[in-house]
Amino acid sequence: MSQVTKSEPKEALFSKKNIKILKDPLNESNPVTVQVLGICSSLAITVKLEPAIVMGVSVLVVTAFANLITSLLRNLIPNRIRIIVQLVIVAALVIVVDQILKAYVYDVSKQLSVFVGLIITNCILMGRIEAFALANTPWKSFLDGIGNGAGYAAVLIVVAFIRELLGAGQLYGYQVIPYSWYLDNGGWYSNNGLMLLPPMALIVLAVLIWVQRAKFRQLIEN
Amino acid sequence: MELVNLFIRSIFIENMIFAFFLGMCSYLAVSKTVKTALGLGIAVTFTLLVTVPVNFLVDTKLLQPGALAWLDPSLAGYDLSFLSFIIFIAVVAAIVQLLEMIIERFSPSLYNALGIFLPLIAVNCSILGAALFVQERAYKTLSEATVFAVGSGVGWALAIVALAAIRERLKYSHIPAPLRGLGITFIITGLMGMAFMSFMGIKI
Repeated sequence: MSQVTKSEPKEALFSKKNIKILKDPLNESNPVTVQVLGICSSLAITVKLEPAIVMGVSVLVVTAFANLITSLLRNLIPNRIRIIVQLVIVAALVIVVDQILKAYVYDVSKQLSVFVGLIITNCILMGRIEAFALANTPWKSFLDGIGNGAGYAAVLIVVAFIRELLGAGQLYGYQVIPYSWYLDNGGWYSNNGLMLLPPMALIVLAVLIWVQRAKFRQLIEN
Repeated sequence: MELVNLFIRSIFIENMIFAFFLGMCSYLAVSKTVKTALGLGIAVTFTLLVTVPVNFLVDTKLLQPGALAWLDPSLAGYDLSFLSFIIFIAVVAAIVQLLEMIIERFSPSLYNALGIFLPLIAVNCSILGAALFVQERAYKTLSEATVFAVGSGVGWALAIVALAAIRERLKYSHIPAPLRGLGITFIITGLMGMAFMSFMGIKI
């Protein structure tokens, strides 16, 4: 009995390839600005930095664990009903996140309102599960989930930073622009109220995409 | 009158796309030509019309705190609202699947027009979003929920058809290379959103 067992060469936990999986979504294949995934729920909560950070972290946790669980089950899930199975996995994780948010950061979870529930239909999750977790090992899928979640969170945080700073003169709820600058107090500055309205989220994001693509010209669409 | 107001408000003022950015993924992906955009818009409206009332009934009769009392007074103490996400998405996925089968069986022409969009719709944020909004804003009656659903659907369809019409024209304009595609689409959507903001405060 000389059965040749072909085992893959053992890969280090943080090999170059794995680091690439983790780092790529932060820039070159960013889920929001390049792959156009997950815009649905991402923009409405970028008026202030705090909900944006909480939302970013929630999505990161859900993508990472949804990828991990799907990848563990990938040989057991029948192909025909995989969408439903994926939805159930994601929905269960989102319920857990929602309950945790309600328990520990109740105010923020009120601000996020329906958008926590909408993580379920966030295209990043389905996109990454379909494209990556169903075909890769659990550890790689986990890293891919963290990478994509972080890429999403990064975009949210940048947009929220710009909108809160210019729209309300605050960062994370703290006043950054000195009060004495304001017109009311005899200064010269006034907040740009337009920044707080929904359309500006789109335009700020468009400018972000513009800057990114001007720097990395291989991303330009024809 | 209340219902008419709600209808107008959900189309123009609280538009799914311009105010809440729901359903952006398919909004961006399927807005290259007016014809397909219109097809998807109708399909979304139709799905909203069916799923939102069903989810409303599920919510009020099964999930809310004390909602089970109509079955048996002893069940009044239960609160299943933490299950709403998973139940809502399951209802949406099941109804979309069912709709696809029914339309295929009874109206092949409609199926040819809408069929390809139906699988896309199960994970369209605006469908689940509408169900969650109904729960969040605590609409009281079935008719309110239905009117809200149709209004949001029509608003969504309006937005995607308008964007598709603009994008068809965009082919002939000179856009800075890094802005082409996604970037300019966002800017257009933003400008359309600002235009829609002028409807704010309308009341009949």
